[in-house]
Amino acid sequence: MDYFLELFLGGLTRGSIYALIALGYTMVYGIIELINFAHGEIYMIGAFTALIVAGVLTFWGFNHIAILLLASIIAVIYSAAYGFTVEKVAYKPLRHAPRLSPLISAIGMSIFLQNYVLLAQTSDFLPFPSLIPDFKFLEPYSHLIRPPELVILLTTAVSMLLLTLLIRFTRIGKAMRATAQDRNMAMLVGINVDRIISITFIIGSALAAIGGILIASHIGMINFYIGFIAGIKAFTAAVLGGIGSIPGAVLGGLVLGWTESFATGYVSSDYEDVFAFALLVLILIFRPAGILGRSTIQKV
Amino acid sequence: MIKLEELKKSFLVSVWFMFLTFPIMVIRVNPIEKVVEWRWKNILIVGAGSFFFSFLWRYLLLRRETGRKKMEAGEIEKIPLSRRILTEPKMYIPALVCIAVFASVFPFVFSIYQINIMVTAIIYVVLGLGLNIVVGLAGLLDLGYVAFYAVGAYSYGLLNYHFNLGFWAVLPIGALLGVVFGILLGFPVLRLRGDYLAIVTLGFGEIIRLILENWNEFSFGPSGIANIPRPSFFGHQFSLHAATVYIYFLMIALTLLTIFVVNRLQNSRIGRAWIALREDEVACQAMGIDKTKTKLTAFALGATWAGMIGVIFAAKTTFINPASFTFLESAMILSIVVMGGMGSIIGVIIGALVLILLPEYLRAFSDYRMLLFGAILVIMMVFRPQGLISNVRRTYKFEGR
Repeated sequence: MDYFLELFLGGLTRGSIYALIALGYTMVYGIIELINFAHGEIYMIGAFTALIVAGVLTFWGFNHIAILLLASIIAVIYSAAYGFTVEKVAYKPLRHAPRLSPLISAIGMSIFLQNYVLLAQTSDFLPFPSLIPDFKFLEPYSHLIRPPELVILLTTAVSMLLLTLLIRFTRIGKAMRATAQDRNMAMLVGINVDRIISITFIIGSALAAIGGILIASHIGMINFYIGFIAGIKAFTAAVLGGIGSIPGAVLGGLVLGWTESFATGYVSSDYEDVFAFALLVLILIFRPAGILGRSTIQKV
Repeated sequence: MIKLEELKKSFLVSVWFMFLTFPIMVIRVNPIEKVVEWRWKNILIVGAGSFFFSFLWRYLLLRRETGRKKMEAGEIEKIPLSRRILTEPKMYIPALVCIAVFASVFPFVFSIYQINIMVTAIIYVVLGLGLNIVVGLAGLLDLGYVAFYAVGAYSYGLLNYHFNLGFWAVLPIGALLGVVFGILLGFPVLRLRGDYLAIVTLGFGEIIRLILENWNEFSFGPSGIANIPRPSFFGHQFSLHAATVYIYFLMIALTLLTIFVVNRLQNSRIGRAWIALREDEVACQAMGIDKTKTKLTAFALGATWAGMIGVIFAAKTTFINPASFTFLESAMILSIVVMGGMGSIIGVIIGALVLILLPEYLRAFSDYRMLLFGAILVIMMVFRPQGLISNVRRTYKFEGR
């Protein structure tokens, strides 16, 4: 039973990270119907920025809490800035191009960013500092859940709550929903659609950065390639839940996390990534709209 | 005269990029030795580079806009030189003769090293032409193309290892296995729209690679298969140099065959069906084209070439392992097709030669190879989506009296 619970919690942690990244995909897809391939790279850049900032601050002798806060905040700001810039450079000039064009451009951006980090930093795996402190009260349960996992769960829950509130109740959220429903109509009622798209990219990238920092301090290793696999998995999560739907992304992330956790726990750990990809292929074949998504009718 | 406004804009862009690239370009932390390295020189490069590029970027955007307006106003474009070389017999016949002479004397003039590079480039030419059927003609974005390539390479490696089958026996088997896998993948995913299709093919490609990497009993895992024999000529084994020249001519022959087949396909019933499918699926179905069959043929035909080239690749390198079949390889082939011009045969050939040969000869460049591929994909999509040499569409001229 304990083994089951361990796998369950492991899956939950994993799944909530996937969900955080998947939110970025889903929001962008909901608004401009583009699979933002470079999203995984934004997440990777978030993790790298946090590593670099934490390294410099440790060198300067800051204390633990300050490092954690500063590194997280700077990483989130930088990721958001990258997301914003990527949109302006690679997607905005292609607003009216055929569907395939922005997708290819996104793939190009993803390769570009990967190699940019590879060339400017290193191709080796870097040890990521354990930023999250130990909690005394968790010690009795330490065989089930460790502090980083608890922090991941809490942070994810809070971020999602804030995002939901933002989209439900604020002016920007309303504008985002309007743009997602019908971009032209939104323009007609006076919404600055370009600005809304930028904001969507910024929020999605910030969430990806949070995911990046959390998973990096959980696993303890990063390199320039982590964004690719994480990006694909998060995309799987988004599709699984129904792309374009925010609760769907969360649900999809959790389902994917559990699938992976149980499959590696009970079947084999060699094929961890194969399970994720196979799940993606199966979902797309049998239920392309996802669990919570509604299938759209193509009108001519 | 550059306006002050423009200067200010570029200055802001350059400041923004200096801010953006600051942590990753300037600081390098070595967590093991606890040293922080500050590379201030880089930020100056970024600043100056982005200042210059922002001018270029805006100029190109402006040109794109004016070009579009001219098109809308109905002004006829001048026929560019590249198009004229392709269409006027007076110009393309001498060009063809030159290329043929160069191609046939090449292996006797240059060293084995040069021939090897050329063979690699030609392998990518054929791969590009194969992917061109799927992406360029049928408009199905296939990001897992390298999976079929892997299938071909491993079918030679494994069949040779277990059953001692020779190159010529496996070549058709590799092609056939490519078709089988193409249909196997194609069948379930045909219902999907363009971008989903891209992801599923990517997932499929990764699944194949991961299986090859992990299933040790079947594929010998990450260590791969070594000592694969080079192709023979009616049972005669060549020396290393002769075998390389032999593969070179084999590839030339295969390229000619591919060009011939793709060219014939393009203007055939099925080829026109692909192009129609690419342009508008619904309208295409309304015209009575069987969507499933048409898409499947594209997938299967594309996979055939990949399977065949996979066999040749295995024979050329005599060693294969899963690391040769990563997603980046698929991305590289896609860059070739996109840069050359989707659907254009001559464009894909030029694209492959440029993208493969350039980094080989500019060694200092070769670190930046993948960076460049990424940038090319973005820049081509923004400024020249039709590629270097755009496909000449079949047109019918009506001469009224």
